Amino acid sequence: MLGVGGGTSSYQEIETTDAILLWGSNAREAHPIFFHHLMKGVRNGATLYTVDPRRTTSAMWADVWLGIDVGSDIALANTLGREIIVSGLHNRAFIDHATFGFDDYAEAVEPWTLERGAEVTGVPAAVIRRMAHDYATAEQAQICWTLGITEHHNATDNVLALINLALLTGHVGRYGSGLVPIRGQNNVQGGGDMGALPNKLPGFQDVADPVSRGKFEALWGRSVPQQPGKHISLMLEAMETGEITALYVIGENPAQSEARSDHVRGILSGLEFMLVQDMFMTRTAELADVVFPAAAGWAESEGTVTSSERRVQRVRKALDPPGSARDDLDIISALADQMGHGWGYPTAEELWDELRSLSPLHAGMSYRRLDESGGLQWPCPDEDHPGTLFLHGGLWEDPMPRDQVPFMPTPWVPPVDELTDDYPIRLTTGRRLDSYNTGVQSGGYGSPLRAKVAVEVAPEDGATLGLSEGQQVSVTSRRGSIDVPVYFHRSLRPGLAFMAVHDPDEADVNLLTVDVWDPKSGTAEFKATAVRIGPVV
Amino acid sequence: MSAVPTPAEREAVDDLLGPPGSSWEGGTIRSGDLRVAFGGYRRSVENRHMLLPALHAVQARVGWISKGALNYVCERLGVPPAEAYGVAGFYALLALEERPPRVAHVCDDVACGPVGGVAMLEELGDRPDVHASPCLGQCDRAPAVFVQRAPEGDTVLVGATPDQVMEALGGDAPHQPEVAVPQSGDPSLRLLRRVGVVNPTSLDEYRATGGYQALRKALELGSDGVIAEIRTANLRGRGGAAFPMGIKWDGVARSPVNPRYLICNADESEPGTFKDRVLMEGDPFALIESMTIAGLTIGAELGFLYIRAEYPLAMACLEEAAAAARAAGLLGEDVAGSGRSFDIEIRRGGGAYICGEETALMNSIEGKRGEPRNKPPFPTQVGLFGRPTVINNVETLVNVLDIVLTGGDAFARIGTAESTGPKLFCLAGAVARPGVYEVDFGETLGGLIELAGGITGTGELGAVMLGGAAGVFVGEEHLDMPLTFEDSRVRNATLGSGVILVFDHATDFRSVARRIARFFRDESCGQCVPCRVGTVRQEELLARHLGGGPFEEELFDDIARVMMDASICGLGHTASTAIRSAVDLGLLGNGHG
Repeated sequence: MLGVGGGTSSYQEIETTDAILLWGSNAREAHPIFFHHLMKGVRNGATLYTVDPRRTTSAMWADVWLGIDVGSDIALANTLGREIIVSGLHNRAFIDHATFGFDDYAEAVEPWTLERGAEVTGVPAAVIRRMAHDYATAEQAQICWTLGITEHHNATDNVLALINLALLTGHVGRYGSGLVPIRGQNNVQGGGDMGALPNKLPGFQDVADPVSRGKFEALWGRSVPQQPGKHISLMLEAMETGEITALYVIGENPAQSEARSDHVRGILSGLEFMLVQDMFMTRTAELADVVFPAAAGWAESEGTVTSSERRVQRVRKALDPPGSARDDLDIISALADQMGHGWGYPTAEELWDELRSLSPLHAGMSYRRLDESGGLQWPCPDEDHPGTLFLHGGLWEDPMPRDQVPFMPTPWVPPVDELTDDYPIRLTTGRRLDSYNTGVQSGGYGSPLRAKVAVEVAPEDGATLGLSEGQQVSVTSRRGSIDVPVYFHRSLRPGLAFMAVHDPDEADVNLLTVDVWDPKSGTAEFKATAVRIGPVV
Repeated sequence: MSAVPTPAEREAVDDLLGPPGSSWEGGTIRSGDLRVAFGGYRRSVENRHMLLPALHAVQARVGWISKGALNYVCERLGVPPAEAYGVAGFYALLALEERPPRVAHVCDDVACGPVGGVAMLEELGDRPDVHASPCLGQCDRAPAVFVQRAPEGDTVLVGATPDQVMEALGGDAPHQPEVAVPQSGDPSLRLLRRVGVVNPTSLDEYRATGGYQALRKALELGSDGVIAEIRTANLRGRGGAAFPMGIKWDGVARSPVNPRYLICNADESEPGTFKDRVLMEGDPFALIESMTIAGLTIGAELGFLYIRAEYPLAMACLEEAAAAARAAGLLGEDVAGSGRSFDIEIRRGGGAYICGEETALMNSIEGKRGEPRNKPPFPTQVGLFGRPTVINNVETLVNVLDIVLTGGDAFARIGTAESTGPKLFCLAGAVARPGVYEVDFGETLGGLIELAGGITGTGELGAVMLGGAAGVFVGEEHLDMPLTFEDSRVRNATLGSGVILVFDHATDFRSVARRIARFFRDESCGQCVPCRVGTVRQEELLARHLGGGPFEEELFDDIARVMMDASICGLGHTASTAIRSAVDLGLLGNGHG
């Protein structure tokens, strides 16, 4: 809606902002570097709100924690929006200047009284009101979010609901105010930058745009498809129907990371051909016809990474990769060779310079400048440009150098996997500080912080269900059942259970999760599964 | 689920902090708690200063701090458990492992060790409830023992015997010894005029002997007037650094920043020092009145009195005096009808010498590990809780009463031009009448020893430890030295905290030096490497020497130089000075037996 896909603010801005809404994010554990910047802001006086069904270790640092029901984020956002409007705290001048569609938005949120918001989210009305007022009246404010927002069937609407709040209050496009999706690893942002999105060319240029496409076609001497590709959920569907028969997997572990993982493994096993290129012999690699051992992106290869604040930084090779492992770039070039396309073997810098010639966002970022500056933030359109601290400053300029941006009304829809008497407990998933995703990179190492592989429930539920800590229980959803030990945790309230995603070999939580996904992002609703929990029978 | 507190632990904390609020703050779960929680980092910051008092409360009630108790304290205060563990582990008197509820700390330091402390430890043997202790500030009544008694309350034994120790560990606490000074009743005394003469618990007697006249006068003079008198008096700090007090007070009084704080440093832990204890036990109202004048003068509404935990009697006297002053309207929202607000909070140390260092003391009050801060900024700009702060030693503050009453000019005429006023000295060791003595600046070292009845033991002087373990050893040739800041500076000595610990000629100084080295090794806070490593290496070196090896002078000087040059605070800077001076006097080293 606003344009390119990146956080609008720099890390340094959160260190001096006045209000922070950390929404659907346990950043202290899952994004510890970012959280360190966030805590500087809190220490400097920012008011921190966390919105999370669980009282996580991030929430423990918050001035206010709102323990909403899983999947009620839009209800909360709409209620905040209405409260801001009825209290006259919306930024009328900014709305008139930089946005359109306000009246429709105001009408759409009108039913979301504090009382209704409290009823749907479970959070007291007075607390929602306080949050609305604190956010709207702060001089500078940021909304930061991660997978608690995006791992839902209506992920895009969740994000739009948050963006509406920023447009309503003018908390975007100014120093200290912004919208910050926090990225899960050092180069998720870089993947998007390089066009690893179904509908984008490098530099977030739309494949449907003939001008953008034309630049690439001219340089590459090939036509570029104008139809968007498929995101992972669509790819899995296409594999299931036989539309896709071969798969090249680079640094991903879909056999364990996707919802309904047993189903996914069946699909992968049914492919005619699968090639996996990875540092580790993952569960996916075990299913592959051919495995290319790859070098590590850190210390074993040259290139760049882009952080959540759009900062491109150099990485440098210090070691040769072990054994027969080779750099990704080297492998891809050799593969092209074998397929009869003489790409040569470009260096990382040569490839980067090609990107710079095609992506205006990156055009000014020569290796020399990246080396000298220690990193530059895009957009950086030419070699004299210092890089960009925050995005969308144009929204405040007069005349505006861009189109007005729309309010997008967001209806609230509850999670797909309904709670019933048979499946009365809401299971949500998440991450821990010491582990990483499916555990491919982290599971092989011990940690003093490593929690036991388990399903965690509220102490009250443990008592109600007659369970004792450490006992083996069956966790059953409409799609499958797994046996794991149970532990009690005070971060959970009755009716809410939690499992980490890190241990698919011992506790394959994605056997339980629901494979409905957001039609725009393709992300499945990992955060909201209906289950029942009982002793193993 | 994590460790939970016992009912006794919970009660100890609740008695201090009041009943808990939400279940996130240690209370029982209410339904609303499952949906909302408040506080977070802010709560942790606001409550952090109560961490040490809360840990003390558990220690005093139960005798040690279990994981369950630590968790409960953390829940109540919002402090992360790892931080609280780091603080609890910092203080010698807080136990994180289960141990008997009564524990005796037997002083084997430089004053007590040679006259029964070491022998007592040997006789009592290796027991979980008997520990060796650094100086307890009872050097005139050696050997001393500090007994932690949960839940009855701590006590001190002086002139102690092993039988008394066993009795204190097993049965009732003996009657606390009463304070007295050898000069009691001498009409020329200023600082000590009431000690041993006036009932220290009676506000009426204090007032009947001139008490609270200085406060009235100070209110008449106003802030500028009081500071002018103090500047004229040329009062210098008595804690060891001899900093001009008028400058400190003026700096904070003129600061635009509020709130600002006063701290009285009563963490008297320099081996051989006990003068402040005598003042606090013998004339507590004088300190309360002095602090009140100081607070009103610098514009502070709150003063902290930080006292070492090994002074339970002084602590009780001060608490009683502060309560009486509060009840009489001399502390609180309207001090003596002035319309001005000032009150005093008394905070107890945890058995850490380093907390006598002013910035370490501030960190300790703030609920952090008592590690010194880098200076600058100095406390007058960035002090307690980051606010402008005046921190003064007990003796320094009590001098304010006479300055206000008699005027800065009169005060400046006492002593010498550079060292004005009366001065307290702690005479102990091989002297006939040990105790705290008050003389005018300028009295000679030999004169003071004569005042204390002369040298006992062999009757021949071995050396005098001047200024404490962080001071220097001096010999015969210093007996004619006037005890002033300027003379001690010229003659490479120091008055330090006023310690004059006399050793006779038969003393084994290798043993004394090793004890001093052990003291610094034990008391180094470990924050900076030169001191953390240097004090250990120095102690090892002296242990080798005591064991009959040569004195490794070159290595010693290397260690000393590194500690002197690169340590953050005075502990590292002075950890070698006394031992070096002993070498210079030929008391140890390779020339010695």
